[in-house]
Amino acid sequence: MADTLVEAIGVSRLYRANRNRVVRAVDHVDMKVGRGTTLGLVGESGSGKSTLGRTLVGLQTPSLGSVAFEGQDVAGASGSRLIRLRQQRQIVFQDPSGALNPRMTIGDTVVEHLRVQGWTRADARSRAQEVFEQAGLSRQFLPRYPHEISGGQRQRAGIARAISTDPAFIVADEPVSALDVSTRAQIMNLLRDLQASRGMTMLFISHDLSVVAHMCRQVAVMYLGRIVELAPRETLFRTPLHPYTMALLSAIPLPDPARERTRQRIALIGETPDPAAISSGCRFHTRCLRATDLCRHSDPPMRQATSDHGFACHHPLDHSTTR
Amino acid sequence: MEIAAPPLLEVQDLSVSFANTRAVDGISFRVEEGETLGLVGESGCGKSTTALALMRLLRDASLTGRAWLDGVDLIGLGEAEMRAMRGSQVGMIFQDPATALHPMVRVGEQVAEVLDAHLSLSRVETKARTVELFRKVGIAAPEQRIRAFPHELSGGMCQRVVIAMAIACGPRLLLADEPTTALDVTVQAQILDLLRGIASQSRAGMVLITHDLGVVAGMADRVAVMYAGRIVESGPTDQIFAHPLHPYTAGLLASIPQLDSGWDEPVPTIPGSVQDKGAGSGCPFAPRCSLASMECRTAPPFLAAGGGRMVACWKAV
Repeated sequence: MADTLVEAIGVSRLYRANRNRVVRAVDHVDMKVGRGTTLGLVGESGSGKSTLGRTLVGLQTPSLGSVAFEGQDVAGASGSRLIRLRQQRQIVFQDPSGALNPRMTIGDTVVEHLRVQGWTRADARSRAQEVFEQAGLSRQFLPRYPHEISGGQRQRAGIARAISTDPAFIVADEPVSALDVSTRAQIMNLLRDLQASRGMTMLFISHDLSVVAHMCRQVAVMYLGRIVELAPRETLFRTPLHPYTMALLSAIPLPDPARERTRQRIALIGETPDPAAISSGCRFHTRCLRATDLCRHSDPPMRQATSDHGFACHHPLDHSTTR
Repeated sequence: MEIAAPPLLEVQDLSVSFANTRAVDGISFRVEEGETLGLVGESGCGKSTTALALMRLLRDASLTGRAWLDGVDLIGLGEAEMRAMRGSQVGMIFQDPATALHPMVRVGEQVAEVLDAHLSLSRVETKARTVELFRKVGIAAPEQRIRAFPHELSGGMCQRVVIAMAIACGPRLLLADEPTTALDVTVQAQILDLLRGIASQSRAGMVLITHDLGVVAGMADRVAVMYAGRIVESGPTDQIFAHPLHPYTAGLLASIPQLDSGWDEPVPTIPGSVQDKGAGSGCPFAPRCSLASMECRTAPPFLAAGGGRMVACWKAV
């Protein structure tokens, strides 16, 4: 396997909800992203996937634990090392309208992004043209304002900005969720091509497992601040071990009427509980059909089914009869 | 000759215009009793505007055309008469339960308000009906939950309350505008199950508006695909998915990333975006269509294509 570029080591991120409630958005997560690979991070709202992504690019500092980039702890970086870390780690946001300054042309947005990293105006301008082209926008879009272009074009501008500093690592946080079906496919293909041609490392965050399957070979599933399963996509989709992964897979509506009518659903009870009031034991036990007393009392540790398939569950699914 | 019973809802040549844009451009469709019609399209195609027009909830819009619900033309009704229809004959489920509910009124009162507006029940009866409705939409401990405020409930629970409001007076027609788009996928599955149950029990007709073809596949008996304010194709769900006739429908279906196949191939795309509308009177999809030719400069008529299907395309035969 490729060597590790970005690593989360026991990362927790806590938020104070009010005087006596603390939300553990990310709770003691260990994760490695291999150089030149794309790791998919899947979960529902409140699972902590965005917080984890933001922590890995440095938009958040971990409350506990540390983030390493190229094997070195990023905490306390300053001066030229901090500038380099910022250039090397970039993010593409979900909502391209909210991520672009409405009073600035999209060209100026990219130029400004480079200027704060110390580029001269002339260099920044020619670089902006270059990355616009790579993101599939002709140079005539440079003087346009965000409201003058379509959602897909705005997301292309957001991607152009992210790749402008030639980063080694990109977090794409739900980059296609705000887009229409026909545009979504265009942006997925663009990100995939850029990742391959530039040899970038990417963390691709999404709530949509079918999108993730097309973007990443390796997929991590998050639930209430924890990674509950991590495996190559084939393994995860065909033989998931965690009941939550199984439920997620079966809840996705398939665009196929015949299969939709006949398929068996594993319905989950209720909804994701309040992350400020996580109960003891396994955090999925309140919704899990396989939960026992053990699950109510003891938090399952991450175990390895095979060298590349990790899961955190006391009662993993058995595929020996169906395989 | 046998005369078929008139459909529950018959929309004829409905157009909606705002100041200088035409959001809905002469659409026609019908919904039978007990049938769910999936109204599909991308943002800006006019699907939500269609629902709001049927509910007559659009200000500053000029409506033309007809929409017969059980023989009553919704478009021609006066405001007072329409007010009597809303909630009693037509129920609406909105996309975002957080904004569809009043944040400072207890959820039980919000449901009771619908009952009060249309039925003359005593306070005790109203409360009993409210509790019963909460139970029907799958809210546990309804006696306690009716006293909750929206912020005390999760998104899925709030959407259940919105559904309770929509079905409170047993409407003949339900308009569900992206009812699960704001919800997580596991909660979406629960709400879709609920809507399926309601649709099959009540014999009400439903117009389900969504951009998600997966949701349509599991919910709708028939599908109408909208593009740039027009319906470009309609027909039974199975046939539309198996053999789309309109190039836009085909492109839309192809561009969905499949859960279990084609992982390493590029996802097929439709070039351009919805904003690239055709000039003037031609087919609105022509600028993005690989089959477009000279004849597409005149708008294709919406014609029957056999087997209960209709399509608006010169190339679809």
